[in-house]
Amino acid sequence: MKTLAFASRNRKEILRDRLNLAFGIGFPVVLLLLLSAIQSSIPVELFTIDRLTPGIAVFGLSFISLFSGMLIAKDRTSSFMMRLFTSPLKSSDFIFGYTIPLLPMAVLQIAVSFAVAFLLGLTVNINVLITIIVLIPAAFLFIAIGLLCGSLFNDKQVGGVCGALLTNLSAWLSGTWFDLDLVGGAFRKIADALPFVHAVRSGRAALSGDYSSVFPDLWWVIGYAVVIMIIAILVFTKKMNSDDL
Amino acid sequence: MIAIQTEDLTKKYKEKIAVNSLNLTIEQGELFALLGVNGAGKSTTIKMLSCLTKPTNGEALILGNSIVLDAIKVKEIINVSPQETAIARNLTVRENLELVKGIYGSDKKQSKQKAEEIIVDFGLSEIACDKAKTLSGGWQRRLSIAMALISEPKILFLDEPTLGLDVLARRELWRVIKQLKGKVTIILTTHYLEEAESLADRIGVMAKGELKAIGTANELMTETQTTKFEDAFVEIVEQGGMQI
Repeated sequence: MKTLAFASRNRKEILRDRLNLAFGIGFPVVLLLLLSAIQSSIPVELFTIDRLTPGIAVFGLSFISLFSGMLIAKDRTSSFMMRLFTSPLKSSDFIFGYTIPLLPMAVLQIAVSFAVAFLLGLTVNINVLITIIVLIPAAFLFIAIGLLCGSLFNDKQVGGVCGALLTNLSAWLSGTWFDLDLVGGAFRKIADALPFVHAVRSGRAALSGDYSSVFPDLWWVIGYAVVIMIIAILVFTKKMNSDDL
Repeated sequence: MIAIQTEDLTKKYKEKIAVNSLNLTIEQGELFALLGVNGAGKSTTIKMLSCLTKPTNGEALILGNSIVLDAIKVKEIINVSPQETAIARNLTVRENLELVKGIYGSDKKQSKQKAEEIIVDFGLSEIACDKAKTLSGGWQRRLSIAMALISEPKILFLDEPTLGLDVLARRELWRVIKQLKGKVTIILTTHYLEEAESLADRIGVMAKGELKAIGTANELMTETQTTKFEDAFVEIVEQGGMQI
């Protein structure tokens, strides 16, 4: 009950920040439309709607990190957190309370990308549903990144880290905008070591019906999600018990 | 019955001693004011008693529960109105109240019911549907105190509740606090001496992390041979206290 009450508050706080919400859902949609327009004028295999949509969906999830990070950072730097920390909420209530409202938002954001893709010619079939499910670990990953950043930084820093750095990392190193093989070298190695390209690849595999290729890319995403979530929980709990409020 | 009992309660931040061996007993239903200049240790004391920070040494019992060993039990029976207004800005007044009732374990129905009661008691009906961020400073502070009371705490900590408010808003909050006297044990920290003099049953004066004096306003004036409470306060802080 305590967790749900707190989760309900967090859901309202995020949904009522209209500018963030419009940007978070609107920007990936605009990119999808823009890149599809480029594709229709100058055909590029990378920008075909079935390859582009999983990439845009993963990119859109970086805004979920921004939402969660900003909310936690704002709470942490306000007296409101003092009120929450003097209540009987435990650290698990906080973590679940922040995570529960974000998961349906992340799924909704992925679904919006696919809904727009349908209008742009993506075939409606069962693979779309499978892809959305395959992208859920990526949603957890971005939620965990937001929890971690929100626990470590203030709201301005979260804006920089999640709003600028993470969105760029998830864009450039995901293989959505350009083929990573074209760049190669260290860039390619860095991209392969991070989870973003693996999330996009597993999504593309699911969407194409090539289910056997979903793994091992998905293991990378799940591994990163679990590790970052554990670190986020440890950092948040440490902050909760520290004198530095 | 004793509401709060501290025994050599101490808080050190590296080399700095914020609170030094605080020994204090507060009775249930009492309104106790903690006074002191900036850095005297008032807020640190509140933070320790509300389990927000752990003491370096010593112990405090809140209605018999240890702040060190039974923090969750303590948190269930206390509530705090922090120094700065602590509200969820994008939530309405009603939603803020329901939220606090919810995080103290009540279900939705109970939360809604209690929120309505508090809205009436605190005269918040007109603004119940307004978002907290649109309220004036006075209304936000009133909401913050209402949020501290909706969980029906046995002990309420008010950390400088009228800081930054205009005279009218401050008087209005005094009225609200006076209504609570006897029903809830209140620990009030303030810089406004007249506030403590007007509201408190007993007053403790802290300086440099130590409790320098304790008693009613009249007792403190008598002890310091002064006729104004402000003079008594200055005497206690400047002279390093009196026998307590």
